[in-house]
Amino acid sequence: MRHTNARLYAAALAALLPLSACSLTGEDDSGSGSGTAGGGDVVLVTHESFVLPKKLMKQFDQDTGYHLVVRASGDAGTLTNKLVLSQGNPQGDVAFGVDNTFASRALDADVFAPYAADLPPGADTYVLPGDDDHRLTPIDNGNVCVNIDTQYFKGKRAPQTLDDLVDPAYRDLFVLPGAASSSTGLAFLLATIAKYGDGWPDYWTKLMDNGAKLTAGWSDAYEVDFTQGGGGGDRPIVLSYDSSPAFTIDGDHSTTKALLDTCFRQVEYAGVLTGADNPKGAEAVVDWLLSPQVQAALPESMYVFPVDTETTLPAEWASYAVQPEDPYALDPADIAAHRDEWLTTWSDVTSR
Amino acid sequence: MRVIRLLLVALVPLAILGVFFVLPVTGMVSRGFWTDGSFDPGGVLDVLTRPRVHRVLWFTLWSAALGTLFSLALGLPAAHVLYRRRIRGGSVLRAALLAPFVLPTVVVGVSFRQLLTASGPLGFLGLDGTPAAIIAGLVFFNASVVIRVVGGAWESLDPRPAEAAAALGATPFQVLRTVTLPALRPAVVSAASVVFLFCATAFGVVLTLGGLRYSSVETEIYLLTTNLLDLQAAAALSVLQLVVVVGLLLAAARARRTADPSLARVVARPRRLARGDVPALVATSVLALLVLGPIAALVAGSLRTDGAWSLANYRALETTGQSSGQQHALLVPVTDALMTSLRTAVDATWMSLLLGLTVAVVATRRSRSRSERRVRTVLDGLFMLPLGVSAVTLGFGFLITLDRPPLDLRDSPLLVPIAQALVALPLVVRTLVPVLGSVDDRLRQAAATLGASPFRAALTVDLPVVGRPLLASAGFAFAVSLGEFGATSFLARDEHPTLPVVIFGLIGHPGPMNYGMALAASVVLAATTATVMLAVERLHVPVGST
Repeated sequence: MRHTNARLYAAALAALLPLSACSLTGEDDSGSGSGTAGGGDVVLVTHESFVLPKKLMKQFDQDTGYHLVVRASGDAGTLTNKLVLSQGNPQGDVAFGVDNTFASRALDADVFAPYAADLPPGADTYVLPGDDDHRLTPIDNGNVCVNIDTQYFKGKRAPQTLDDLVDPAYRDLFVLPGAASSSTGLAFLLATIAKYGDGWPDYWTKLMDNGAKLTAGWSDAYEVDFTQGGGGGDRPIVLSYDSSPAFTIDGDHSTTKALLDTCFRQVEYAGVLTGADNPKGAEAVVDWLLSPQVQAALPESMYVFPVDTETTLPAEWASYAVQPEDPYALDPADIAAHRDEWLTTWSDVTSR
Repeated sequence: MRVIRLLLVALVPLAILGVFFVLPVTGMVSRGFWTDGSFDPGGVLDVLTRPRVHRVLWFTLWSAALGTLFSLALGLPAAHVLYRRRIRGGSVLRAALLAPFVLPTVVVGVSFRQLLTASGPLGFLGLDGTPAAIIAGLVFFNASVVIRVVGGAWESLDPRPAEAAAALGATPFQVLRTVTLPALRPAVVSAASVVFLFCATAFGVVLTLGGLRYSSVETEIYLLTTNLLDLQAAAALSVLQLVVVVGLLLAAARARRTADPSLARVVARPRRLARGDVPALVATSVLALLVLGPIAALVAGSLRTDGAWSLANYRALETTGQSSGQQHALLVPVTDALMTSLRTAVDATWMSLLLGLTVAVVATRRSRSRSERRVRTVLDGLFMLPLGVSAVTLGFGFLITLDRPPLDLRDSPLLVPIAQALVALPLVVRTLVPVLGSVDDRLRQAAATLGASPFRAALTVDLPVVGRPLLASAGFAFAVSLGEFGATSFLARDEHPTLPVVIFGLIGHPGPMNYGMALAASVVLAATTATVMLAVERLHVPVGST
């Protein structure tokens, strides 16, 4: 009996071997890096939304002598928790994409090592409060804002503020991703907490009573239910970003508008990881992310605003993506301390 | 002795399961049990007393049970029609019904919701965000599993006992109840247990179609791990998940055991449709509508750009996606990602076939003692476990356990196909075991007595029976690999993302073109799978008659 199994096994193996020619195993993955001189690999750990033009990455390799390897997966929360769990033996040398809602958790877990990069003009506005030994460097920012369909509200009074959203005049018109499953949704929850303080659960009760619709993610809300989204839904008010109107241009105007009194600011940071194999390379990556070329590429690659105020924005952004002057904000330490409790309460309020 | 030999044969699959499943999952779960350096099982137990956990568990159980029930109710008649009856375009329909299996849940969620949302064509049903929508989604994904697993066994079922029963005056229903279904029982139980596991661990469907009002154990673990970093609660739920899964597997093993192992296996010629097939045809049509409806919505959506019909979305697949001016939504063109997906799928397929065949052979050989049989049953069940554990737990587990030499594997390019092979393995095993189990061991003994070498015996006795199911499971493994998102999204490296990962990226970015491209890429993914399935079915397999 044993022979049967062993032979069968061998025969199966022999039959399958030729197949491996068209598989991944034959591929030499390290090859791309071996051509560059000197510095070795530097590994950037980031979230799945990370995109930058190939050209800029090649430029980095050429200018610094390092070879940039990107490991991207999960969202900002997953990224942060991965970093926390692998603290001391990180998957890479440098991380990008931890945002201000998760930053405190990463700092508390000692994930990042100090590195004071030279900040471009304007960037110091975005430095994380409480990060006194420069562990996190701000790279980009964007605001989560309520967006409206301007076609729909032509000739009607459009909503302006968070209070307006609970006005019966806008009953059954608002769709938004939930705070528990979407970072966009979480930012909106934080905006309401910043505005209403301890009274925020009441606001959410009213919001839900006024027919607000929750979806799992941003794409669901925007592409299925929003009137100006890909699927042509039936709700003209949606939770999205301040940059979104730059993507709904019809001739010489945008068909959507961000409500600038409803925004919560998200800042994304980069930092050298504690225990990195290549800390010098990691610092070079942080500097590179702040360089004028990368800052200029951010809007069209990742749909966010650069922290460098001297960057020239793309034409559509300059005309249609208006940033709020004074968005809602919360202390990151406060967010870290209360996130669980807030999300639990939020789930209770919205699932009633 | 035989038990030890048995374990030796199973050593390779066991080692792989140990390193790539048991180790990561234990690593992750034990983080929850140890808080601040001290062992604290009480904290985990406390979690289990939370009312929310009970609600979540209850929802998971009943939604998965209903999903399984409806998948069987629609899948069984469809398997009958597609594998036992000669119908025009049968093989195309068979391939098409498998397509949902690879579609990324994000995209299916969106196209389902476009049909169901208040302004959609089926909006009048008022199903958006209800448990009914979740269950429809589960059936959409899983009916194909029933069709494949049961169809494979049905196809090679000897039609003569049923014909004899009919000749003796049994009604078609009596034949079904007393002859056909008992013979198919191992396959049906196999399919049901796999589908139940798929339903109970469904993630995207519950989130997207349930409109956040319902959480299952799987979505809860995801939230606890990736968002709240509450490892204690996540560990509690993971353990709960494992206990439920093990219980289910034990029950399934018991239900499977009573099959008649001396069934003759032949590949029966499909017959023409008769009047008695009407109920089965109706069920098949319902299923076809359920599956093809969202797919049609998807195809239609992919062909529209700026409110007009066009192929622009498909032409754009060679680019890296667009934002407003220059185009950089992706690091690699969709066509590259498709190549990566195909290559990964080839790896995952041979891995899961190799492992699956070994496990199936070990699990089905006739046992000489009770302890031996017990070992075989445990082995059989062990390889089902990867289906019952959250991809999030596994993904994080990889990260924290495979991070130091000699197992510094977390950046290995092989991690993705291995993870996918583990996900596909239960399907392979469940397809092969019922068939191999029904081979009469006396045939092998007879072959040996007549002087056949063990290899020759396997070739003439086992291969004719197992050939087609083996192909079916190869197709399955390939499809699982092409569509796998949960574990892959954790492990995929940015330079070589697979197609589902790219589609997820596209649909999450603003810009109408990105949305259209995500739909087009999904259609390409589904079409590729259907084509592969079709090709696999056309392959000539040596089929002998017993």
